[in-house]
Amino acid sequence: MSYAEETEDIALHEPKGFYSKYVWSQDHKVIAIQYSLTAIVAGLVALVLSGLMRMQIGFPGSLEFMDANTYYQAMTMHGMIMVIYLLTALFLGGFGNYLIPLMVGARDMVFPFVNMLSFWFYLLSVIILFASFFVPGGPTGAGWTLYPPQAITAGTPGAEWGIVLMLVSLAVFIVAATMGGLNYVTTILQARTYGMSLFRMPLSVWGIFMATILALLAFPALFVSAVMMLFDRLLGTSFFMPEMISMGQQLDHKGGSPILFQHLFWFFGHPEVYIVALPAFGLVSDILSVHSRKKIFGYKMMVWAIIAIGVLSFIVWAHHMYVSGMNPYFGFFFATTTLIIAVPTAIKVYNWVLTLWKGDIHLTVPLLFAVAFIFTFLAGGLTGLFLGNVVVDVPLSDTYFVVAHFHMVMGVAPILVVFGAIYHWYPKITGRMLNDTIGKLHFWITFLGTYAIYFPMHYLGILGMPRRYYDSSEYEFIPQSAHDLNAFITIAAIIVGVAQILFLYNLFHSYFKGKKSGNNPWKAASLEWMTTETPPIHGNWGEKLPVVHRWPYDYSVPGVKEDFVDQTVSETQLQAMIESQKVKS
Amino acid sequence: MALAIILILLIIGSLIFNFVNPWQATPIASNWGSIDDTIFITAIITGIFFVGITLFVAYTLIKYRHKEDKPEEENEAGVHQAAYEPDNKKLEWWLTGITTVGICALLAPGLIVYNDFVHVPKQAGLIEVVAKQWMWSFRLPGEDNILGKTSVKHINSDNSFGIDPDDPNGQDDILIMSNEIHIQLDQPLKFLLRSLDVLHNFYVPHFRAKMDMVPGQLSYFWLTPIETGEYEILCAEYCGVAHYNMGGRVFVDNSQDYQQWLSNQPTFSQQYQKSLATDLADGIEEQGRQLAENSGCIACHSIDGSKSLGPGWKNMFGKTEKLTDGSTITVDNAYFDESVLNPSAKIVEGYPPVMAPYQFSGEQLEALKAYIKSIGQ
Repeated sequence: MSYAEETEDIALHEPKGFYSKYVWSQDHKVIAIQYSLTAIVAGLVALVLSGLMRMQIGFPGSLEFMDANTYYQAMTMHGMIMVIYLLTALFLGGFGNYLIPLMVGARDMVFPFVNMLSFWFYLLSVIILFASFFVPGGPTGAGWTLYPPQAITAGTPGAEWGIVLMLVSLAVFIVAATMGGLNYVTTILQARTYGMSLFRMPLSVWGIFMATILALLAFPALFVSAVMMLFDRLLGTSFFMPEMISMGQQLDHKGGSPILFQHLFWFFGHPEVYIVALPAFGLVSDILSVHSRKKIFGYKMMVWAIIAIGVLSFIVWAHHMYVSGMNPYFGFFFATTTLIIAVPTAIKVYNWVLTLWKGDIHLTVPLLFAVAFIFTFLAGGLTGLFLGNVVVDVPLSDTYFVVAHFHMVMGVAPILVVFGAIYHWYPKITGRMLNDTIGKLHFWITFLGTYAIYFPMHYLGILGMPRRYYDSSEYEFIPQSAHDLNAFITIAAIIVGVAQILFLYNLFHSYFKGKKSGNNPWKAASLEWMTTETPPIHGNWGEKLPVVHRWPYDYSVPGVKEDFVDQTVSETQLQAMIESQKVKS
Repeated sequence: MALAIILILLIIGSLIFNFVNPWQATPIASNWGSIDDTIFITAIITGIFFVGITLFVAYTLIKYRHKEDKPEEENEAGVHQAAYEPDNKKLEWWLTGITTVGICALLAPGLIVYNDFVHVPKQAGLIEVVAKQWMWSFRLPGEDNILGKTSVKHINSDNSFGIDPDDPNGQDDILIMSNEIHIQLDQPLKFLLRSLDVLHNFYVPHFRAKMDMVPGQLSYFWLTPIETGEYEILCAEYCGVAHYNMGGRVFVDNSQDYQQWLSNQPTFSQQYQKSLATDLADGIEEQGRQLAENSGCIACHSIDGSKSLGPGWKNMFGKTEKLTDGSTITVDNAYFDESVLNPSAKIVEGYPPVMAPYQFSGEQLEALKAYIKSIGQ
């Protein structure tokens, strides 16, 4: 007997008042919104920090308070917040929470209380992180990779308390992600409704599912490295600390290995790239299919590609360490595995493009963002082939080429999907459409602006311009034109940053004034659009769980009047629809 | 439609930008032109995929966009429909195959060149690069061609490299206590990389090669300089707040110039004996100067009065400075001592509070002050 049947008779934890409904809520939809809003607030802080950094790079000395210390703190916090506290939290805690039960036909996550705890631990981790702005010495400026020994020795900003709060915050975040992750995996495996086989799940669910598994396996590596570094910092152990001097003084540490930290960090860090990318892959597949009114091309291949990428992502980590001083012979192995992972990734790109091919493409705002994602991801993915191929990486690593590459591939590309997905699912979440005109304006500025920022930036890296430089004006091999280009990039970045106000305004304004959407404004076939109420009520479905008869991509089925057949239509009903259509014509 | 046109324009613009922009790699000065070739191959192959796929997307958007007035795309009920296209296994396998071929075309030359990169030729000379926050120094093996053993334990103001004073191999090692190094044209050279404190990375853009320097272990790379000239050294692994300020210079000399330069460099035993002797004989200013160099002070405090991470030392004593809390202070002996022993107590406005406390003895402080006062004159 499936879990779906078992739970039919169990009463859900009904919310009793305002607090249990909106604050201490156990409803996955409310938790998803709590997660998303917290992540967006954290992301806005990180966005402002990047603007401050860019001012220093483009116009050195223009900000009075921007000394080297502050610059490195802004840089570190920007990176960490964007990767962990925005993207990971938003894709898994936000989209995962909202969409999984609705897409697989569950009434809620299987452990609603744990799900609630997951959010509160996440919020706690954000509070701890932001508290580091107010401790003596300020937040850590160790770079988001937090490499020891430098992260905990004098000469790095925040080496006293900032780094401690950062590590504690990460540990708390991982507790939150684990509680959420166990929930998502169990819900997908156990709580699917009648007829919802694994291969009838939308690719969104597949992407989030695989990303969650990666998170559950990869985050422990970060957790232990955070704990070990805390011990080195607070208890004087030497996990990562060799015999060394610091500021002319010999330290008491002895025998530790800084490279060990890098292995642990990237054993987490590379799967982390896919923890962000796989949900984006899934969501964008669904957006493309719905708005081009065509079944996703090569669904099975897409699922296997997601699984293959997930598995391979655990054996490529040391491509972040080609020039780290590890045994150079590792380079042969990791270059080969890294380039192999390009094959399933390329298959995904082809299948997105072939989904559009022969479609009936509606150029809605979600589709615009989805196509912009394909373009940006393509650019960022191809530059990854430079950096993954060990010897090509040697001159380029630690330059602006790397900065441009990872911002394209795991910054801008997933964020474009976030925007597309919010435009796509906002009507389900709020019952109202987002404003189309503002949406298009927001799209064009964001898409073209980010390309203007990051495409030319690759050439600064080819030139040899190093990253993480507070000021590079003293170096003679960098021509004035490169500094001018940096000024241009800064202007583009400020414009893109400010343009996000359009998006926030749209979110806020449309919540009250947006056009009413109805249950299924995009005429989508997947289950989340089949709720009887929009936004869905507590428990998602009415009296009975929905029964699923087909996969979520039946668009433009020949002989049927509408251009989609939703997942709850049975084979008999479909035949009847086709018959009645024949009779009419 | 607009999106398709913009995509085409982005491709055209990117291609034009690629060929006419002024930001190309620095002129190469080492044997690693083969690395540049692998970059070129990668750019060609990825460029073909980038242009091809994007143009195909643009074409698709134009051809298959939703058109209200196209009755031929409507079904019997007057509803627009897309093609109901089943999987195309054959096409998928073709695309997978082409991609795999492309990947192999990237990987094979890459690994061949990398094989050269990790195999140091037998005739290569040896040079050790030593990094610490935030300065470079260098060591050559001397006549015996063997570098003496080192340990952090041996590091002190007389022995900043930490060379074992009892190791006979170390006695003739040649020490270059400066950010500037000379190397010989056309002579293959293995760079042994060592860090005394945190991670660093020895990077000369004109040489292409780079490698992290990790405390507690050695790393290496090799190259043959092929152009005489003067090239900048950078640190390419974030190493704390003055990371960006850790520059140096490498001079590629012809054999004659190199030998002349080399003959003027002291060996470890000469330097060590001299250093021990000067502690007693040399003036107190000289002791202060050595202390300042060996303790890393001059990475952040200029001796020409210019502003750096910390206040410059020239004519510092007697100045009236404004502090971050708004009060003012005259720089005297007491304030100086406090600023070394407890730097964060009173920070001069405009400087970040990054300096670590130094546990100098009273004599060391006197020497340092004497040296700083001597700069001002």
